[in-house]
Amino acid sequence: MANTISFKLRYWKQNGPKDPGHFDERDMKDIPTDTSFLEMLDILNEQLVEEGSEPFVFDHDCREGICGMCSLYINGTPHGKTEQGATTCQLYMRRFHDGEVITVEPWRSAAFPVIKDCMVDRSAFDKIQAAGGYISVRTGAPQDANAILISKEAADEAMDCATCIGCGACVAACKNGSAMLFISSKVSQFALLPQGRVEAKQRVKNMIAKMDELGFGNCTNTRACEAVCPKNETVANIARLNREFIKAKLSD
Amino acid sequence: MATIDSKIPEGPISQKWTNYKAHQRLVNPANKRKLDIIVVGTGLAGASAAASLGEMGFHVLSFCIQDSPRRAHSIAAQGGINAAKNYQNDGDSVYRLFYDTVKGGDYRAREANVYRLAEVSANIIDQCVAQGVPFAREYGGLLANRSFGGVQVSRTFYAKGQTGQQLLLGAYSALMRQVHEGTVELYTRYEMQDIVMIDGRARGIIARNLVTGKLERFAAHAVVLATGGYGNTYFLSTNAMACNCSAAMAAYRHGAYFANPCYVQIHPTCIPVHGDKQSKLTLMSESLRNDGRIWVPKKLEDAKKLQRGEIKGRDIPEEDRDYYLERRYPAFGNLVPRDVASRAAKERCDKGFGVNNTGLAVFLDFSEAIQRLGKDRVAQRYGNLFDMYEEITDENPYENPMMIYPAIHYTMGGLWVDYELQTNIPGLFAIGECNFSDHGANRLGASALMQGLADGYFVLPYTIQNYLSDQITVPRFKTDRPEFDEAEKKVNAKLDHFMNIKGDESVDTIHKKLGRIMWEYVGMARNAEGLKTGIKKIDEIRDEFEHHLRVPGTKESLNVELDKANRLNDFITMGKLIAYDALSRNESCGGHFREEYQTEDGEAKRDDKNYFYVACWQYQGNDDTAPELSKEPLKYEAIEVKTRNYKS
Repeated sequence: MANTISFKLRYWKQNGPKDPGHFDERDMKDIPTDTSFLEMLDILNEQLVEEGSEPFVFDHDCREGICGMCSLYINGTPHGKTEQGATTCQLYMRRFHDGEVITVEPWRSAAFPVIKDCMVDRSAFDKIQAAGGYISVRTGAPQDANAILISKEAADEAMDCATCIGCGACVAACKNGSAMLFISSKVSQFALLPQGRVEAKQRVKNMIAKMDELGFGNCTNTRACEAVCPKNETVANIARLNREFIKAKLSD
Repeated sequence: MATIDSKIPEGPISQKWTNYKAHQRLVNPANKRKLDIIVVGTGLAGASAAASLGEMGFHVLSFCIQDSPRRAHSIAAQGGINAAKNYQNDGDSVYRLFYDTVKGGDYRAREANVYRLAEVSANIIDQCVAQGVPFAREYGGLLANRSFGGVQVSRTFYAKGQTGQQLLLGAYSALMRQVHEGTVELYTRYEMQDIVMIDGRARGIIARNLVTGKLERFAAHAVVLATGGYGNTYFLSTNAMACNCSAAMAAYRHGAYFANPCYVQIHPTCIPVHGDKQSKLTLMSESLRNDGRIWVPKKLEDAKKLQRGEIKGRDIPEEDRDYYLERRYPAFGNLVPRDVASRAAKERCDKGFGVNNTGLAVFLDFSEAIQRLGKDRVAQRYGNLFDMYEEITDENPYENPMMIYPAIHYTMGGLWVDYELQTNIPGLFAIGECNFSDHGANRLGASALMQGLADGYFVLPYTIQNYLSDQITVPRFKTDRPEFDEAEKKVNAKLDHFMNIKGDESVDTIHKKLGRIMWEYVGMARNAEGLKTGIKKIDEIRDEFEHHLRVPGTKESLNVELDKANRLNDFITMGKLIAYDALSRNESCGGHFREEYQTEDGEAKRDDKNYFYVACWQYQGNDDTAPELSKEPLKYEAIEVKTRNYKS
């Protein structure tokens, strides 16, 4: 039958952006290693609620690694450590050891203010997206889909860039709080496709300007973002973003 | 019993939509600016509708419960989206997609709606490609396709195992473009609590700001619900944690018909349940059935050894494996529709052939595909799904067959809508999974994405104008009207009530109990006796909720437990509604299987003479009174109703 582990959980409590916040601690006993990290937190909350306390607040939704909602800093790493990158919801307790201390914190970044405990406000990402993360095409009757030929290589690469789930781990990991990996993934997806070329210059300029305006930092090539991205987006995207940006600026 | 007017246009089936569009009323550009539309939900249907309506010039208010529209659960759809493009030259056509969908739905869908769906399917692909959705391509640069259950052509377009994600991000991009243009106002972390009715029309909503806890009022000329299905009634499902049926239940309590609630889809390929701490079930895409072969041991003693963990799947020689789908359904094999595959798995496990420690799993085996295609090709097609499987189960699916079992996945039932996607409440529309119309009693794979986007991009933006065209002289509503006061007061009273129960059980504790009752009595195989017991037990859950619920914190602040309590309250009502419908439908069809109604070899036995209708349930004043049934008779003109056959 299933193995279990016991450990000490330190989790961040913060009542709104102005509260200084603190850690609460609890000994978690006999947690099955087959449970996911978030299910472990469900167990914590079950206990808290049954004791009459307020639950520990964190964002989560699909629990299959694709919606990008979950966002916990676990033992110093966004989403916790796994070999090939995974979101918090895909982290399983078998990755931890009996007797360990597990520390859970929110994404910490000026652009992501804390709402409560480990729930943060990432609406800045939506604002960047609204600034240019799209192809301006009206709903209606565009040309036949097969009228645009796209090489398999380009389509596959665009797909890899488009895989970004907008979780914000890259920003949380970056010492500058930069959103470059996020933006570069979107810019790259469209830069690699013929449909996206038409607006490429305006798109990259607008998205970068919005990023600066919203208080994200700049990229200094530490590659911390790439190391924690649950979808394995790479800094090659940032290099492409920079090329696109310079091209756009030069043609001004 | 009320007469139900589905407003199906005149003319032959292939001309209905064309005729409708040619003769419907439109709203001119100057007037569009004066009309407000509320769209609740930002999944494929909601985001595409809000974006398209905004782009047309309407003033749109878009609401979602997540922190961003991009999180809606459409994002998790893996396999693909169907479209009648016939790019593969395999004989596909609008008619064939229409036919497959009606047949797959076990002849319980509304013909005219399905035909329209098939008609606009090709436009969806064009639209999405134009938006930059990176669908899979062949080496020549053309779009690639694969095959899904219940069909004999390859018409499914896909973007790795993340098609839903890419389509949703396309719709989300279009939505954010309209936010930028100022035609759409976005409200994230807001949850609709009630619909505000003025003079018999839906004219606004009360929503809870989930961050501040405050109730806020929003007025509009029309309200569109795109709030998904009710699968989480069962607690464990493939739905996201926050998916709920509260908006649909609010509509139902205002008198909207709830149609065919018993049609619940149980997806055959999910990762089996592992323990009582589990919070959700993870789907393994149906696309895996293209190359994976489903089997259990032929010998009971082998199954027992597997259940005790003494041997692994790979230890069982080829001749001792029972590929039961290929055996029972030679023509469609592993690609039979979901309801058929799910029941066949249950049948084997009930006979004791289950392959994991709980006896509730079957194998999905890729060894033959790996031999035929090589590990690299298999990894290219399904790599991310295999990785996900290994992360969850700690088993390597390249070396050992995957273990799968059916789980609640999608709900074909939903708010009743007419051909215009309007509920029987004037001004209230329902799109995507939230409505009932296109999938009949069972949805085929890769059709949910198709329907969500068809409704949002290509159907609702037209049909809603037919309603709004005579609303152009109606001025914007103020939210200080007595109707808003009254609605807000009601919501407040309800939330106060949840806060004041002050019992000893958490929301999830009670929800899990409801889920177990639903799965046991209203699940994959139902019977009259069990359903009656189920209804009684759901009443007991209601009682437990009313007396033992504990919601900590306060109402006037962020309170996730209160949010969940509110949703559970509606799941309990929904659960009973599913059971009532299942009990009244004395036949087996699609996702609804009644044990009393089956053929000798265990296939579903429909009763077209007595049940060839849409069951429309209406609320009778309170949640405890049994709802009243009305019927929309189905009329098939283009398709001959037959027994489904996937054998030959």
